[in-house]
Amino acid sequence: MSRSCRSYLLWFAQEHTEFRFAEIKSLLSLFKIEMRFIKQPKDIEPYWLVEFNSENDVKLLASRSVSLKNCMELWAHGKTVSELHRKMKEYPMHLIKHYFEPSKSFKIEVETFCKHVSQQEKVSKIEAFSYLPMCGRVDLKQPDVKMQYIEYYGIEANNPPEEPYDVFFGRWVTSGLRQLIKKLSLKTRKFIGNTSMDPQLSLLMANQAKITEGDIVLDPFVGSGSLLVAAAQFGGYVLGTDIDYLMLHGRTRPTRIKQTIREKDESVKANMEQYDLSHRYLDVLVNDFSASFWRNDFKFDAIITDPPYGIREATEKIGTLKKNYKVKEEHLPTHIPAKIDYGISNIYGDLLLFAAKHLKIGGCVVCWFPVFREDYNEKCLPSHPCFTLTANSEQGLSKVTSRRLLTFEKIREPTVEEMQQYTCNISDFREKYYEAREESRTERRLRESKIRQDNREKHELSKSLT
Amino acid sequence: MKLLTHNMLTSKCIKGVSVGYPLKINASDVKETEIDFNPEFVSKMIPKLDWPVLYEAADSLGKVGDLPKNIIENFENDEDFLKKVHHIMLEVEIVNGNLICPETGRKFPINNGIPNMLLNEDEI
Repeated sequence: MSRSCRSYLLWFAQEHTEFRFAEIKSLLSLFKIEMRFIKQPKDIEPYWLVEFNSENDVKLLASRSVSLKNCMELWAHGKTVSELHRKMKEYPMHLIKHYFEPSKSFKIEVETFCKHVSQQEKVSKIEAFSYLPMCGRVDLKQPDVKMQYIEYYGIEANNPPEEPYDVFFGRWVTSGLRQLIKKLSLKTRKFIGNTSMDPQLSLLMANQAKITEGDIVLDPFVGSGSLLVAAAQFGGYVLGTDIDYLMLHGRTRPTRIKQTIREKDESVKANMEQYDLSHRYLDVLVNDFSASFWRNDFKFDAIITDPPYGIREATEKIGTLKKNYKVKEEHLPTHIPAKIDYGISNIYGDLLLFAAKHLKIGGCVVCWFPVFREDYNEKCLPSHPCFTLTANSEQGLSKVTSRRLLTFEKIREPTVEEMQQYTCNISDFREKYYEAREESRTERRLRESKIRQDNREKHELSKSLT
Repeated sequence: MKLLTHNMLTSKCIKGVSVGYPLKINASDVKETEIDFNPEFVSKMIPKLDWPVLYEAADSLGKVGDLPKNIIENFENDEDFLKKVHHIMLEVEIVNGNLICPETGRKFPINNGIPNMLLNEDEI
């Protein structure tokens, strides 16, 4: 009977569905929690039926999970409403009767997933539980015990079936971190750039990197520092570097459409202050990732980054194609170094080589990698003998392109040869991107302006008619 | 820039430089800010620090105070010592100045707290 008291239902947000597996796997490994599936989950279904050794485990997991919405101790599960009630009536009441004591206020929440029902119907669904020996008073705001009743009507919101596929009932235990996504929203953030990462994906990255209290975390292509916000939120002490001097000093053209100039105090540090994380901010530095200046023996605990793909941000490093070029003495004080193409293949090669030298054993590199969907296979991903690929999930960008979030865990220190130049044979995303694009920028602009023009005319016409 | 970061920086990426460590500091504007004290973090960082370099850097800024010249034994349990290290490592900030390569004298300017470690194309 011990089995049934440790069954839990995990309910996830239906967003970035593929990423929840990687996130939960990383968190289980970070906290050394054991979790067993009672039923193997299907990819797209928003719930998992699982077992934990203790309720603290599930609370710990939820305290860090961004994809998890709610978690309940499952008391009954049926394929139909009547099966659910039959099972609930059979449930060994002595295990849960202390939740029904007169001193405990309670509330039953009804959720019908993918189907709308009226308030009246919800009340009648609650009344169906009248056989439960609940003695406490009802408290809708702050109940001591919150029970949840969920009817699951599949995931096609437009066409839900008459009867639910699954029905669940149990005691709410804890919620995940969905509210944090809103708190860190880019809309209200002080300093953002054109390619700032969405907070939900940033938090997922920080979880996949298994960042924990006191870790030193580096983003070598830091930009506006959106990944560092997430890393600091989970206890990381953060460092960032970027080749773009104007970006780090908050002097690039503003990203928000209504803003004509950037405010004086926009910076990565200002973002940390906005979220009360300034004690976790170490530094940002202007530097060229291809020329490392970190002390040889210094080790980071995690590296999370979104390198430039050469589409919205250029892949550049310092250099010149001129032979024996020398900056003239009189130009030195104001000289801005020339840049040459870095190339995706070199960036990812250097990233893994850098991590092989500067990451602790067991530390993770979490980074995005752009691919053409039709060309994709695991062999075209960057790799290095000191790392295993522990997660790889896809986010579609367009019909033909997507980016994959990769997690590499360091398994051993590199040999002397592996410390040297390391080449990574991956094809250049940029080249093909411009070849395979269905329409050029100008064509798209013209097409979109035509649509706007048509809409305007339609609008004018309808106005004149009324 | 914090002295913790200074402790990890070298100029070894300049052509012809072999060690490039430690970088000399020439600061024109130094600021001290208050940052939440986290004894676990400071204890964790102490073994990773190059202590003489941290001491020297603090001394060159005139901020060394009564920081011991060597790491003391059982530092994990000495809150007074950890607080001193916390202050030097995280609360002393170089706002403007230069970092200087010990081998070539190349200056890396620090503006508004952000060091510029970019090299020119003829230095790599």
